[in-house]
Amino acid sequence: MSERLTSDEKALRHINDEYLTKYGFHDTEEFYSIKGEKGLSEEVVRWISALKGEPEWMTEFRVRAYHTFLGKSMPAWGADLSGIDFDDIRYFVRATDKQESSWDEVPSEIKDTFDKLGIPEAEQKFLSGVGAQYESEMVYHKVREDLEKKGVLFLDMDSGLREHPELVKEYFGTIIPPTDNKFAALNTAVWSGGSFIYVPPGVHIDLPLQAYFRINTENMGQFERTLIIVDEGAFVHYVEGCTAPVWKSDSLHSAVVEIIVKKGGRCRYTTIQNWSGNVYNLVTKRAVAYQNATMEWVDANLGSKVTMKYPAVYLMEPGAHGEVLSIAFAGSGQHQDAGGKIVHVAPNTTSRIISKSISKDDGRASYRGLLKVHEGAHGVRSNVVCDALLLNPESRSDTYPYIEVEENDVTIGHEASVSKVGEEQLFYLMSRGLSESEANTMVVNGFIEPLAKELPIEFSLELRRLIEIQLEGSVG
Amino acid sequence: MGATLEIRNLHVSINGTPILKGVNLTINQGETHALMGPNGSGKSTLAYALMGHPAYTVDAGQVIFDGEEVLELEADERSRLGLFLAFQYPVAVPGVSVANFLRSAINARRKSQNPEDQGISIPQFRKLLTQKMDLLGIDHKFAGRYLNEGFSGGEKKRNEILQLATLEPRVAILDETDSGLDIDALRIVADGVNKLKGPDLGILVITHYKRMLDYLQPQYIHLMMDGRIVESGGPELAEEVETAGYKPFFEKHGVEVTEE
Repeated sequence: MSERLTSDEKALRHINDEYLTKYGFHDTEEFYSIKGEKGLSEEVVRWISALKGEPEWMTEFRVRAYHTFLGKSMPAWGADLSGIDFDDIRYFVRATDKQESSWDEVPSEIKDTFDKLGIPEAEQKFLSGVGAQYESEMVYHKVREDLEKKGVLFLDMDSGLREHPELVKEYFGTIIPPTDNKFAALNTAVWSGGSFIYVPPGVHIDLPLQAYFRINTENMGQFERTLIIVDEGAFVHYVEGCTAPVWKSDSLHSAVVEIIVKKGGRCRYTTIQNWSGNVYNLVTKRAVAYQNATMEWVDANLGSKVTMKYPAVYLMEPGAHGEVLSIAFAGSGQHQDAGGKIVHVAPNTTSRIISKSISKDDGRASYRGLLKVHEGAHGVRSNVVCDALLLNPESRSDTYPYIEVEENDVTIGHEASVSKVGEEQLFYLMSRGLSESEANTMVVNGFIEPLAKELPIEFSLELRRLIEIQLEGSVG
Repeated sequence: MGATLEIRNLHVSINGTPILKGVNLTINQGETHALMGPNGSGKSTLAYALMGHPAYTVDAGQVIFDGEEVLELEADERSRLGLFLAFQYPVAVPGVSVANFLRSAINARRKSQNPEDQGISIPQFRKLLTQKMDLLGIDHKFAGRYLNEGFSGGEKKRNEILQLATLEPRVAILDETDSGLDIDALRIVADGVNKLKGPDLGILVITHYKRMLDYLQPQYIHLMMDGRIVESGGPELAEEVETAGYKPFFEKHGVEVTEE
């Protein structure tokens, strides 16, 4: 009931009415600078690296990862990935040769895209910095000057590698090695774009940094790579958003995100993903948190054809705290296989996983989570809650909670619930004058409220708005 | 001239079982009616059917409210027309605050009258809600609580009355609003309803107990048995039921007594 709510609500209201008009548009590609051929080979990997003028160690790292990718089989669990044809994907598309720090310098076709998505406006209003990735590379990047002066680095990953090779070399691929899984290997081989963030000791970034990822080309593969280093006692809230046009055939988004939170630091990573219904979204995200550090993943998965994503936190030293707050919305034809992973390596570490999934029509939402307590990790406290809401009789929800505990003196809570939007609930709300769809939206909004209220108001409104779009109609 | 709710020969069944077998009842805005009757006589069915619950099938009859055919309308349309049902068992909606819910309900009404309406402003709504809560002696913290979640029996019923006060319907049906309440909670709820009584509000209070009627002082009492209103009268009818029970009425109207 805050005054702010209405004015912001109004500001956001005009933005969209449904996915097709708001996100589903696509630009002509006549202005593109480089558009790679379809298919993947060692040559393509070397070509991407050469285009970027990378140091040799990175080229070789990519090539090794490419061979790892070839040697790994597809995951035999989770969602159906049989529709992915690695030969029918463009692995690198460069829309513009230069990255800009002023929107006026960004090619107008691309700027229009981000205007439509409301990014420059949001930057003015409530962000500390913005990165905008279009296809394979960042086309815009800017961080507030005062933060830059304090030594905050917020660059695209390519510039990060160019300008801070020592930092990148120290951490790149150490949290998620290419051998972790087939898609981590693929990303390491052909990565492009993504964010590189370094927050110096004690620096507290008040407003979020946001990156926005946009796929425009059909059959495009987007492989951004993000590395965030939060030094001792520092804080950052990083937010990413993603959309793509509605195409007839599929695109692949396969990112890798590695985060290091040092002693007493805190990192919050919020994803509001809103892919069109023809994107395979297969992302590996992992953070390590050291002494008294806090890592929080807030992961909202809307849209896509298939999402497989389980943000992880490894609690490496005493006092570390990890959280995964996951929201998944599976509409018609969609499978959201999402959840989280917390590994208690050190004693006296704490964690919580809250997962809320909503399935509509024949959509399927699965919660898949791992909570692991290593031997010697005494005094661990953790709580896992997963709630599912089914909107239609044919909607589906599954829960795969894995809990592995190798220590005795731990406190672990686990609750799971599945509920349906009941006739009685709808009738009650409708008897007060709400239409059936308003009543449905209200029940869903109430369901996600415990997570939505953790977000800054702008993002929580955006999330609610996106869910409303999903509730209103079929997407893609 | 106030609005009239007119029920004519209403037959309603649930899953093929006939429950209401020809109910006739007219309630004018400004009047207070009480509907009494034993368990299973169809009182709550009448309440749900009037509000348009999808599980209740209307087999015959008419319901006219302010000249409109109510039975053609969905529950939300009936609500926006000015009908209200205070539920016997209000449903919990986790994560939705009482205030947020009421504001949405008010906005839905405004929008149905004027599609261009931008909704009630937050300060205006806050003022309205505070005023209604004060009228009913409800703690302001109530507004921020999630709708019926973890509410005590008394809180649920007071919440129904708060909704009644805020939405200002023309005819309200109170379905056993006294059930499950202790004597103090009952008095608080009844006091609330009394404060809302007036020329603009018609009330149909459904109850087993005379205690609620002592507070509300309805002008008209109706006795329902086996899906029909078998007798109507003034307050003296409630006295009779109180002293003699339902048995003499069963015999008088030839209704078979079924054990529950």
